[in-house]
Amino acid sequence: MSDHEYTPKSKVGKWFNDRLPLLTLANHLTDYPTPKNLNYWWTFGGILTFCLITQIVTGLVLAMHYIAHADMAFQSVEHIMRDVNYGWLIRYIHANGASMFFLAVYIHIFRSLFYGSYKSPREVIWIIGIIIYLLMMAAAFLGYVLPWGQMSFWGATVITNLFSAIPLVGEGIVTWLWGGYSVDNPTLTRFFTLHYLIPFLILGLVVLHIWALHVPGNNNPVGIDIKKPSKDTVPFHPYIVIKDGFALLMFMIVFAFFVFYTPNILGHADNYIEANPLVTPAHIVPEWYLLPFYAILRSVPDKLLGVIAMLSAILILAALPWLDTSKIRSAVFRPLYKQFYWILVADVLILGYVGAMPAEGLYLLIARIATAYYFLHFLVVLPVLGFKERTTPVPLSITEPILGGSPNLAAVKKKDSFKDQ
Amino acid sequence: MEKKTKRRDFLFTATYAVGAVGAGAVIWPMIDQMNPDASVKALASTEVDVSTVTPGKTITVLWRGKPVFIRRRTPEEIAEAKSVKLEELKHPEKDEDRAKDPEWLVMLGVCTHLGCVPLDQKGDYNGWFCPCHGSHYDTSGRIRKGPAPTNMEIPEYKFVNANTIKIG
Repeated sequence: MSDHEYTPKSKVGKWFNDRLPLLTLANHLTDYPTPKNLNYWWTFGGILTFCLITQIVTGLVLAMHYIAHADMAFQSVEHIMRDVNYGWLIRYIHANGASMFFLAVYIHIFRSLFYGSYKSPREVIWIIGIIIYLLMMAAAFLGYVLPWGQMSFWGATVITNLFSAIPLVGEGIVTWLWGGYSVDNPTLTRFFTLHYLIPFLILGLVVLHIWALHVPGNNNPVGIDIKKPSKDTVPFHPYIVIKDGFALLMFMIVFAFFVFYTPNILGHADNYIEANPLVTPAHIVPEWYLLPFYAILRSVPDKLLGVIAMLSAILILAALPWLDTSKIRSAVFRPLYKQFYWILVADVLILGYVGAMPAEGLYLLIARIATAYYFLHFLVVLPVLGFKERTTPVPLSITEPILGGSPNLAAVKKKDSFKDQ
Repeated sequence: MEKKTKRRDFLFTATYAVGAVGAGAVIWPMIDQMNPDASVKALASTEVDVSTVTPGKTITVLWRGKPVFIRRRTPEEIAEAKSVKLEELKHPEKDEDRAKDPEWLVMLGVCTHLGCVPLDQKGDYNGWFCPCHGSHYDTSGRIRKGPAPTNMEIPEYKFVNANTIKIG
């Protein structure tokens, strides 16, 4: 929190702030000291907030025209596309917005992995983030079912059937989730309800995520603890607001490209065929952002173990702050970790690719190797690396790498004076 | 310090217990409302006319929202199903137990892996093949290869007369 006491200037402001300190909060958010070396990878938090609000606003509008009934859902989506004023635009923003949301969240997560943002004292921020990510996947899955196309129906069937892998109670749980003996109207209505609820749960968790962030403050590319406020920090407003705003504009260009030029490229043509419980599409694949986990599910030849492997692949992330034994946060000073980091990135991309391919032959073999490596990275490489790796010297402050090597004596002197602060 | 059960401890425990029962009584209806309702359960049986089904032909009917395969098997298929040794099976079941009348195989057309509808007359065992995750079933609908854990399920059914099967 801000280190100085804040008093509103106006009398009314003071009167109100004494009763509900909203102005103190606003002041904290604008003055919030931020490391001055944050690069563009740090702008995705703001971009994700934008994505969430976009999904909530467009979703709210779509819900005014959508009908959650097995006989009418598909027609009502076509009605939105053809009849409702700008319905096509709102739906395409919502559908592509989901993909953009995941694109941003993956960059955000891999930013954390590279710069060690999950490490002490930021474990709680990280775990809240993982919960948000899980809820995002749930919301995306539930939302994908609502148009009641073939992919909606069979995606819902396959994913809910994952629960049937649980011994003894699995079948009962699946029937309970369906509200019947197959995915049908009761399933659709409850999925719509939950799809409407989850974004607001995410919103609440985002508040906690930011609150937990504002306790220790931002990590930074150098990964060292810095004094706040100091010469190493700048106030959030206007510095970070402008930088985040610029990055958001760039992101919106990509977003708009998908919405206006190729709105269906991330979807499946089969979902423009109405749900038919008698025919399964020849090739079922989930949306691109779930493919790596789908590849892990399919790489295990046993039903229960496959489901366990897929869930573990996500939940293992929550244990990351304790699996990574290195005290150095930023990969910049970890020559070996840096290489393993990029191998992991490649591994996840490979998993995503084979997840989209049929589960046979060479693809299956690659999926199995990549799955094994995924777990190896977290369970073996990271714990061992913390003890074995020789890290390079970490600077004492953010300004040191810039001014430390300077022949300018005055600058070096100045640097020393920073340390004393 | 010696631990003594006081009257207050008893009151606390009793209060928690009553509170827990009360909470449970409120939560259960909230959970159970999601289970199949009366109208869903009412559709529990279906009668199917099979007079047009010739040997080597399969019809698919909807029962409880799920596809049911009704296949009139050819003598070769029956022979193939009967010749398999039980030790070779992942989920050992005799063909006689699955098809009471060997000519008629009536089973849920639902892959036991994750619930897709397998394709007829496909796969390595001349039975069914699930396109989703590659499970192969034989001419008796038994799992032979792939991730599915069990054979395709046989629903309760009976011949009402020579041409009509009642499922459920």
